[in-house]
Amino acid sequence: MNSNNPKGSAPAFFLIAVVMFAVIGVFLVEGAAYASDVGTPNGAAVAETIARVGTRAGIPACAACHGAVGEGNAAVGYPRLAGLPADYLAQQLNNFADGSRSNPMMNPIAKLLDSNNRTALAEFYASLPGTSTSIPVEAQQPSHGLGEQLALHGKPAQGIPACVACHGNSGSGVGGAFPALAGQSATYIRNQIVAWKKGTRPPGPLGLMQTIAMKLSDQDVDAVADYFAALPAAPKGDTP
Amino acid sequence: MNTRVAIASIVAILAVAGGSVVLAGLDQPRPVAVQSSAPAASSVPVAAAKTPFTPADRPIPNNEFGKVVAQGQKIFNNPGLYAKAYVGNQLRCASCHLDQGRTAGAAPMWAAYLAYPAYREKNHHVNTFAERLQGCFRYSMNGKAPPLGDPVLVALETYSYWLAQGAPLNPKIAGRGFPALPKPALAADYHRGEKVYAARCALCHGTNGEGQHATNGAPAFPALWGDGSYNWGAGMASVKNAAEFIRANMPLGQGGTLSTQDAWDVAMFVDSQERPQDPRFTGSVETTRAQFHDTPQSMYGKVVNGYVLGSHATPNGGLLRSKEGL
Repeated sequence: MNSNNPKGSAPAFFLIAVVMFAVIGVFLVEGAAYASDVGTPNGAAVAETIARVGTRAGIPACAACHGAVGEGNAAVGYPRLAGLPADYLAQQLNNFADGSRSNPMMNPIAKLLDSNNRTALAEFYASLPGTSTSIPVEAQQPSHGLGEQLALHGKPAQGIPACVACHGNSGSGVGGAFPALAGQSATYIRNQIVAWKKGTRPPGPLGLMQTIAMKLSDQDVDAVADYFAALPAAPKGDTP
Repeated sequence: MNTRVAIASIVAILAVAGGSVVLAGLDQPRPVAVQSSAPAASSVPVAAAKTPFTPADRPIPNNEFGKVVAQGQKIFNNPGLYAKAYVGNQLRCASCHLDQGRTAGAAPMWAAYLAYPAYREKNHHVNTFAERLQGCFRYSMNGKAPPLGDPVLVALETYSYWLAQGAPLNPKIAGRGFPALPKPALAADYHRGEKVYAARCALCHGTNGEGQHATNGAPAFPALWGDGSYNWGAGMASVKNAAEFIRANMPLGQGGTLSTQDAWDVAMFVDSQERPQDPRFTGSVETTRAQFHDTPQSMYGKVVNGYVLGSHATPNGGLLRSKEGL
């Protein structure tokens, strides 16, 4: 269990929100150029500006929570976005916008983005090299327990496949539908499994993740979330 | 999300609510994976299934024997890297032998180990386990057989033996191979299979069956046809084998949710695509079919959509061919 990953009590959440808006405030004051030209030919530049400083229309900078290079904020459960698949990220923004994925912070923000900007932002973050604020494996007690067992083997007798079977060797991600888990915030991973169980996140392609989430115990979720959070965000080579 | 995927998702959710999957062994009367309330599944009652053997959950021993077990496990997970000289495609042993050769009903290596030496119709003599492994390299891996005694075969045999330790020496042990599947109500159909493929398989295996790699370059989802896949001589090129494997195990994590009919149809679709040539090719598709594919389960030499399967197959050997002029 990673003690740096609190599960988010209400006061902690409030504190985080205050800090977040303070950070956004700094960006608003300093931001000389807002991204106000929605749907201009140069979508990539607009996306980068939204990511860095937000828009006059009230979209806060993505960087305020997801970090200057999309590394996320592992301790509070804001996910790493850098290097995740563009298709996947765009789908999530669309789900936030139409409310099918429920999140009090992301729902209003995604609604303010038009579909071109959602796509452009997804492509922007997908293009960044994988990086994260989760604790790299070298600094953590290596886990050969339940988390590794689930990640590399799953529980075949219960129909739970190995996580790496779809999320790729070392949790590095596969194609447009299976995001990297390596270096992802443990709190974030945990929250997503809970969201699938509660139905506040759409079941995803083929309902694969909701099917699996329903079979995972709280202990399973904690173990596997910590396992992937401890892997380097840009894994190279063949380590399983 | 398109409608088909949405429907598939609902089916999957209902299936989960319906009950647990039972994987029965080969020696059961009608051993298929069944979920009682999966709407699309043909319900076949499962007799009280013997619990298949499960390899003991234990670390690989830290000694000279364990080093070879570990090497075998590495090869099993990424033969293209660790047995490069013998592998012509991007498949992994673990692509079909799920969970590193441990999963009952997905041709587990612990059961295969116990099943040899055995007489095989495929080559009309008694095969040792090592010779059986050679067949995997020649056909499924579209490569070439490592010579008997080669460290690659020794490592894979050692790994399989290690998995089998503690199992009864029973060549028909429950969980061996793939669970037998009843014949479909309607003859397996390419066009129905194409629709099943698009809805339930293409997400991972690709629209053109090309498979996918992980972001770090390691193989992920196997190619199901084309030059990166198994060749015409492989066991999975049998529609029956593919249907059994698919019904019990696919989509991964949702084994048993396809109907028997869907499994046969999609297996027919996948095994009616062009793939690398059979290494036993005589020079003529017709005589190769007569000699090695004289069964309704092989589509080799059959005409599908006006095309004779095997007639323009890339010569076998894949990645090895350019290197060694195979």
